[in-house]
Amino acid sequence: MVQYNTARLDASFAALSDATRRGVLEQLGRADASITDLADKFHMTLTGMKKHVGVLEQAGLVTTQKVGRVRTCRLGLRRLEEEAAWIETHRRLWDARFDALDAVIEALKQKEKADG
Amino acid sequence: MDSRTMVERTSDRELVATRTFDGPARIVFEAWTKPELIMRWWAPKSFGISFLSCEIDAHTGGSYRFVFGHAASEQPMAFFGRYVEVTPPSRLVWTNEEEEDGALTTVTFQEKDGKTLVVVHDLYPSKEALDGAIASGSTGGWPEQFEQLDGLLATRGASV
Repeated sequence: MVQYNTARLDASFAALSDATRRGVLEQLGRADASITDLADKFHMTLTGMKKHVGVLEQAGLVTTQKVGRVRTCRLGLRRLEEEAAWIETHRRLWDARFDALDAVIEALKQKEKADG
Repeated sequence: MDSRTMVERTSDRELVATRTFDGPARIVFEAWTKPELIMRWWAPKSFGISFLSCEIDAHTGGSYRFVFGHAASEQPMAFFGRYVEVTPPSRLVWTNEEEEDGALTTVTFQEKDGKTLVVVHDLYPSKEALDGAIASGSTGGWPEQFEQLDGLLATRGASV
């Protein structure tokens, strides 16, 4: 079971609490878009849209990439999944190590008892 | 199966692994600082990793060097760094210098009622460094072969 950090989950929920931001995610689900495209589509100023995208980016729901003067936004869900998978792999590594460490500790305890 | 090992990304730059062991801190700490003991558990067989050599000078300012072989890789891999702090039996801090932007690892040992809570805390120099480690698929510096082993481990996990 992957342990998610509460702060990160909170950030995701906060990001999703806004109708415009949910609209942006829906839009990006169909196709990547530039911030200018999104601002036009949602009848907002560039600055206003940048803020929304910033919140989504912070929560890991959207990633952006600037090429030349255009900043392209795309869904970041895959990245989140990749991170969850990596953390699970990392957890398995420590879990395997710690299982072996359990045995070492047990042996040391036995030895100490025997040496008394 | 309910595992006792917890791993969490606690911030942009931090990764934490925790587990409680059935033994006093003195013994658990010993298992983390003696080469002949660390070699018995640090490289899990189920991950296909084996020690080729293990040198540890577990004193503040001392260094360590672990060299591993892996079934899926012809090249041995070395992990090395320096002990920034060694305070028996409660605290170990070391650097990870095999890669640029390596984490600073702090391990704490907290004993309570004969059991010891171990917290392994990796602090990366930047968000980009931890994101980079994740994106490259490495685990504590170990390369992408882990992904190939995922399936194998999942099978093992299911049969336990």
